[in-house]
Amino acid sequence: MYEKLAHVAQTWGLALFIIAFVLVLIYTFNPANRKKFDEAKRIPLEDGDDDNG
Amino acid sequence: MQHNETGHRPAAASGAGVDTTFIGAFLVIGTVLALIVASKAVDTPMQVHALIFLIAFVLGIIALGAHHFGGAMHDESKYEFGVVKAGVTASMFWGIAGFLVGVIIALQLAFPNILYFDHLPFLNFGRLRPLHTSAVIFAFGGNVLIATSFYVVQRTTRARLWGGLASWFVFWGYNLFIVVAATGYLMGVTESREYAEPEWYADLWLTIVWVVYLLVFLGTLWKRKEPHIYVANWFYLAFIITIAMLHIVNNLSVPVSLVGSKSYSLFAGVQDALTQWWYGHNAVGFFLTAGFLAIMYYFIPKRAERPVYSYRLSIVHFWALIFLYIWAGPHHLHYTALPEWAQTLGMTFSIMLWMPSWGGAINGLMTLSGAWDKIRTDPVIRMMIVSVAFYAMSTFEGPMMSIRAVNSLSHYTDWTIGHVHSGALGWVGYISFGALYCLVPWLWKRKQLYSNALVEWHFWISTIGIVLYITAMWVSGIMQGLMWRAYNEFGFLEFSFVETVEAMHPYYIIRALGGLLFLIGAILMAYNLWRTARGDVRQKELSGALAPAPAE
Repeated sequence: MYEKLAHVAQTWGLALFIIAFVLVLIYTFNPANRKKFDEAKRIPLEDGDDDNG
Repeated sequence: MQHNETGHRPAAASGAGVDTTFIGAFLVIGTVLALIVASKAVDTPMQVHALIFLIAFVLGIIALGAHHFGGAMHDESKYEFGVVKAGVTASMFWGIAGFLVGVIIALQLAFPNILYFDHLPFLNFGRLRPLHTSAVIFAFGGNVLIATSFYVVQRTTRARLWGGLASWFVFWGYNLFIVVAATGYLMGVTESREYAEPEWYADLWLTIVWVVYLLVFLGTLWKRKEPHIYVANWFYLAFIITIAMLHIVNNLSVPVSLVGSKSYSLFAGVQDALTQWWYGHNAVGFFLTAGFLAIMYYFIPKRAERPVYSYRLSIVHFWALIFLYIWAGPHHLHYTALPEWAQTLGMTFSIMLWMPSWGGAINGLMTLSGAWDKIRTDPVIRMMIVSVAFYAMSTFEGPMMSIRAVNSLSHYTDWTIGHVHSGALGWVGYISFGALYCLVPWLWKRKQLYSNALVEWHFWISTIGIVLYITAMWVSGIMQGLMWRAYNEFGFLEFSFVETVEAMHPYYIIRALGGLLFLIGAILMAYNLWRTARGDVRQKELSGALAPAPAE
């Protein structure tokens, strides 16, 4: 059981995490998302007054 | 719940909303259970705790009834800020209490003969120490996180908190957990797991509260009116989810009796130790780091009136932190029965954490880019910027201490205590103080703080306190480590243990003084915030001689 789990973690688990992180980087640096992030960054500054209506 | 589908239309609570019904039914069941346990308890602490639960549940039922029959209106177009105000007040109360207990135990270490009470076991260091750590981390820090997360998630999603009264259940439920944990420590109830000392029934209660917390947070995100989820919410969400996972796994235990306070861990030996430090280090990573980074990502931009330096960096910061932190725990178990590869893994991941930590710190600091003068003119901004500087410093020191060779000197010494406090007092404390100084005028709708000059005093008194504290612990800890490993020419240990303790005495006094200054600063803050909430402004500052705090 331990051997099996360790094997999965050291191969597929590792690969999965690396792929997931690369996907995060692609999402982050994709030029298509630039406008979205530029807007998102201003959210705290434009949250208006005390009503949300 | 009852207003899930209503958009902008103010939905008057029909009274018996789903939230009221659920919480009411839950409180009734809780009352019955508490009564049964109180009558059958096999030990005094369990009986006391059952009675505390009983009183809390009955008070809860009364409050719920008063709310229901008081004809309270539920207005979906308004934010729920009442619970945030309650959280701010509770933070201030627990902060002072926790810092005070810290000063007391620091004095007990400095003057053990005077402050040792033979016949008052609940005043002994062993019981007060977890009271201090839990009070500052979970009571103060936890209430700050609950209050700010409820504020930030509403403001950045432009939606009222989900679940009606559920957020109030989270607030009171969490504080009930704090009371049960704290009274338990004083009575000697403990699982002896650092930062996870409360016994099984308190753990179960916290699990329920925490799941509701998660639901409230997710529900609010679900009904958001802002398409993008602002990065601070990601940090809050990671904090809530990870703490749920850590708390449940680390506290898996078997109670000796269902009406008794003692339980035994499900794990044994080194597995138990690893589970504990997987939990312990991630309490640092996800409670004391991710949660407070969320505060940094909202309150610094908001206060400085500038967007965060780089939104992309904040996303990479978030995911890198999430991917790396969870593996760092084994560095607490160097030179133990833990397999060496696991120790090396913990060490390696700790060192890799340098990158996201410093990336995040740079992101927070550079938010001030082009407006550096605010550090001089606005003491609240200064507090938060110094906080981020402490974050950078302690996240540099931590990975360094995780290196096995360095750890052989630092482990079990006061250096660790110094490291923890540069993170806790400097980073967590100051970012929280900054957020509270922002929140009180915003929530109570005041144009400015009662006194900016008092914030200046708080800042300088506390900063001197922190510097005294951490430098004393560096000197004391490194000296202690060197004395422990000193051998004479015959291969015998150079110093006896008590000689190392004696050598540390002056530093213990300096540490207590540092802690006292930090406490005094916090008392000034409580006074300032109380006057601000009342709507007072110090006469001299009415004209706005110092930069006035923006109302929004």
